[in-house]
Amino acid sequence: MTLREFFVKLNVVEECKRYGTSLWQCPQLLFLVMGALIIISVIFSFLMGRRYIDDPQITVLLILALAGVLLSIAFIITRSFEQLAEANRLKSEFISIVSHQLRSPLTNLKWGLDFLISEGSARSQQETGYFQVLKENIDRMHELVNDLLTVSRVEQGTFPFQEKEFEFEEILKQVVMEFQSVAQASNIEIKVDGERIPKLYSDPSLVRHVLANLVDNAVRYAWKDGEAVPKEERRRNQIMIRYRNEGQNVRLEVEDNGVGIPLQDQGYIFQKFFRSSNAVRRQTEGSGLGLFIVKSLLEKTGGQIGFRSAENKGSTFWFTLPYQPSRGR
Amino acid sequence: MKTILFIEDESTIHKTFSDTLEKEEYEIISALDGEIGLRLAKEKSPNLILLDLVLPKMDGFEVLKALKADETTKDIPVIVLTNLEQMEDIQKAIDLGARTYLVKSNYDLKEVVDMIKKATTEV
Repeated sequence: MTLREFFVKLNVVEECKRYGTSLWQCPQLLFLVMGALIIISVIFSFLMGRRYIDDPQITVLLILALAGVLLSIAFIITRSFEQLAEANRLKSEFISIVSHQLRSPLTNLKWGLDFLISEGSARSQQETGYFQVLKENIDRMHELVNDLLTVSRVEQGTFPFQEKEFEFEEILKQVVMEFQSVAQASNIEIKVDGERIPKLYSDPSLVRHVLANLVDNAVRYAWKDGEAVPKEERRRNQIMIRYRNEGQNVRLEVEDNGVGIPLQDQGYIFQKFFRSSNAVRRQTEGSGLGLFIVKSLLEKTGGQIGFRSAENKGSTFWFTLPYQPSRGR
Repeated sequence: MKTILFIEDESTIHKTFSDTLEKEEYEIISALDGEIGLRLAKEKSPNLILLDLVLPKMDGFEVLKALKADETTKDIPVIVLTNLEQMEDIQKAIDLGARTYLVKSNYDLKEVVDMIKKATTEV
């Protein structure tokens, strides 16, 4: 390694970004921290040695031995973290490549099926049913592949943010409209209430993604009374969307009176692939990636997300997004 | 009858498109790599070219560049139909003269066919 390469390597932030790990797990930073610790320990030992040991030769030998031991430990730790970080980077790259490669055959399947469905020949009810199952499952796989790609891009720091000026309320209106028919079919009323929001400078597709995900979750995890419950006693499902200005941010809440999240699951809800036990019990479809993606994307643009929830009563998810992005990506 | 040149290395997609579009009275010419695609574009002067970007021998960007540089083919509209969706790819294709850029996985077959029909009637 030339001196120049060494200094390039020392550019900690850039190097850490490449590994896609948090800063404290990044080998380059650990290397610097360990280096600083060794220097401090050596100076401290020297001062102590001068005070308590009469023979300078013994002091020097002790310091050399100490420095040697510390260096070996530092080398082992940094090396292990480097291997871990590299494995992490390779994993993200692998997911990205695999998801990309999966897309082509999935498109072939999807279009082939579209062709068969559109062909218009008379089919039995059973055949139509199976075609529908095929289509739904292809769409699900598609969604999963897209989610995996987004995850790997967010982790590798290559997510293509495209910022521009746009009206927040306009996007919200479109998202609500998209979900209106699904909500009506499940007897869910969506209400929106908010004050005038200034124009945002951010990535509109990101905002759409976040909003759609939260509304989708609220619809998906709506309360469903069993057949045994008399009609007049069934819960009236409601989704309330509120938004307002909060400092230099817009703050939005999606409140539902659905199934809620059990207390023991609440700490894990933003983790990758985590699915709440009541989501699994109710056989609701999902990969457990949605909220992880939403949180990662929001944090990359300086936003925040959180929630409060009570099992069997409902959940309120909120997020904030700055008018102007302050990205740490 | 309008002619569409489809430059794409996946033969399954060729078949799906041929079966769909031939019912709509289009003639489909298939090319499985960039070089053949470029040659057929010059020979047959199709009404529209559907172009994938990841292709053997000569990639879609090179084909697009060559098409736009050639007097006989520069006015044929090109729809890029690919699974690449990075912003720089989209921008590059549009800069090179693609009329439309479609990410395959985002569309149903019907939507793509409708766009093809629209593009050929505009010619």
